[in-house]
Amino acid sequence: MTTALRRYPVLAALCLAALFMVVPFLIVVLNAVKSPAEYAANGPLSLPEGLYLDGIEDFWNRVDYGTKLVNSVLISGSVAVLAAALSVLNAYAIGIGRIRGRAWVLAFFVLANMLPQEALVYPVYYLSKQVGLYDTRLSVIIVFTVIQAAFGTYLLSSVLGQFPREIIEAARIDGAGRWQILWRIVVPVSRPTLGVLLVFFFIWTWNEFLLPLVMLISNDNQTVSVALGVLQGQRLMDATMTNAAALLGVLPALVFFLVFQRTLTRGIAVGAVK
Amino acid sequence: MTVPAEKGARAAGRTRHDGPRRTRDSYALFLLPGVIAFLLVVVGPFLMNTGVSFTEWQGIGTPRWTGLANYRELLDDSEFWASFRHSLFMVVAMAAVPTAIGLVLAAALFDYVAKHVGARAAAVLRACFYLPQVLPIAVAGIVWSWILAPDDGSLNALLGAVGLGSWQQDWLGDPDLALYSVMAVMVWVQIGFPLVVFMAGLQRVDPQLYEAAEMDGAGWWRRFWHITLPQIRPETYVVLTWCTIAALKVFGAVYVLTKGGPGGATDVPSYFSFATFFEKTQVGYGAAISTVLTVIILALSLVGLRLQTRAEDTAEGARA
Repeated sequence: MTTALRRYPVLAALCLAALFMVVPFLIVVLNAVKSPAEYAANGPLSLPEGLYLDGIEDFWNRVDYGTKLVNSVLISGSVAVLAAALSVLNAYAIGIGRIRGRAWVLAFFVLANMLPQEALVYPVYYLSKQVGLYDTRLSVIIVFTVIQAAFGTYLLSSVLGQFPREIIEAARIDGAGRWQILWRIVVPVSRPTLGVLLVFFFIWTWNEFLLPLVMLISNDNQTVSVALGVLQGQRLMDATMTNAAALLGVLPALVFFLVFQRTLTRGIAVGAVK
Repeated sequence: MTVPAEKGARAAGRTRHDGPRRTRDSYALFLLPGVIAFLLVVVGPFLMNTGVSFTEWQGIGTPRWTGLANYRELLDDSEFWASFRHSLFMVVAMAAVPTAIGLVLAAALFDYVAKHVGARAAAVLRACFYLPQVLPIAVAGIVWSWILAPDDGSLNALLGAVGLGSWQQDWLGDPDLALYSVMAVMVWVQIGFPLVVFMAGLQRVDPQLYEAAEMDGAGWWRRFWHITLPQIRPETYVVLTWCTIAALKVFGAVYVLTKGGPGGATDVPSYFSFATFFEKTQVGYGAAISTVLTVIILALSLVGLRLQTRAEDTAEGARA
């Protein structure tokens, strides 16, 4: 009896807290499908009377959202693949090659990962102008490949440090070279960790704001995050447009979340406890 | 069986003195692309930024060497001190509060919901709390600045609807309130991270500890205090370090929600340096701000790493 009584308040409180976390998403969905007239008449809390999708369509065309999506996918996808590749190469030398001074090399990557982007942003902006890479998607891809690879190197090095050495010895005796061992054995065996890294890198890059904001000024190159952030900063949107923007910004994140939920939560555990 | 084999291998390695060394060094070739990329993209720009912080520079022409003048100016700049004071508020909102709430939530979900209601329910609740973490900060900013808007925002509408109209505020536009509003948003954004890490950490705690404590008649809070907290101390340090650094770096939320305003009420170092670089084009001064920020973050990282290693050692010692 007492346990039942005690169980329900705790559960109720948890559910209430979870609801509070989700409510902003619900409000956005609710209001993105209202017409401006309906919104003006009934305010933000009423249920929508019908499905009004012109606001979303308007917004999509006005900011050329399709282009932004393509840019975001292109940048995040390239960074994920390139950064994972760079991490594998680094971690192969550190974790399996056990090169001399590897502790220092690793510390170097960890510290590079901790550096605030504020300390890099102006020189990166200035230097990319000098070499003609300013306002190109390539510049953002290069910078984030390196920044994300710092974390990847740290994580993969500790994973590869535990790699069963007998397997590598056996392959070597069979005459496999270093590249073959890397490509045929180490990469396939560490596929779960690489999967986690790819997901992380993709989402992190998708969500990045400061550097893309500085580096991508023309409309054709901007990412979803930058385009929405800049629009919001200009304070030119009415309520319906704001909600359309929010909904279109939330949707990709929700898709990633549902697709990658398991990988993500598993991956955070991997990253936290080395 | 394995021990003699290993001994043999080591002996063989000792006799062929050159062999292992040559093997090791050629692995260094794999590090080459990474090191070059890092020198170009991270180390070079970082050194340049540090160098520029000792100069006066508008971003064009030649920088003029001024030694420590920028740093001396910083010490007298009330905007600079205000931005770092706001950073402390951000540490409370993004590290202290989410870690504290995350610990209780994780223990409640792991030890309570998962056991008495079902693992499914715990996973769904955890997903709800984690959701804001995958949202781009720019999008979270749009959502919240609209919810907190003074005229037709949902929060004020809600307060009006339940008869608390006198509580309605210009949440982000009132200089006395704006910082607290941003803090509340950051708690919402951040809370999923500690929760997920702690729930993963709890899975490696020996369930027998809990069973024994329960048999001894320890209540939930005592188990939380004497078992859960000490057992996941390494995770707690990791989370606190990560979140504190994230709090010091916070930029996107401030840019989208308040642009540091009203009247500098929510200015933070990263936004301050951004505005100094690109709006005031005082590049030398901006570089000095970001260098100070970097030094603080690196120092905190080192302290955090040390605490983490020590906690892991003691946790392992306690378990052994």
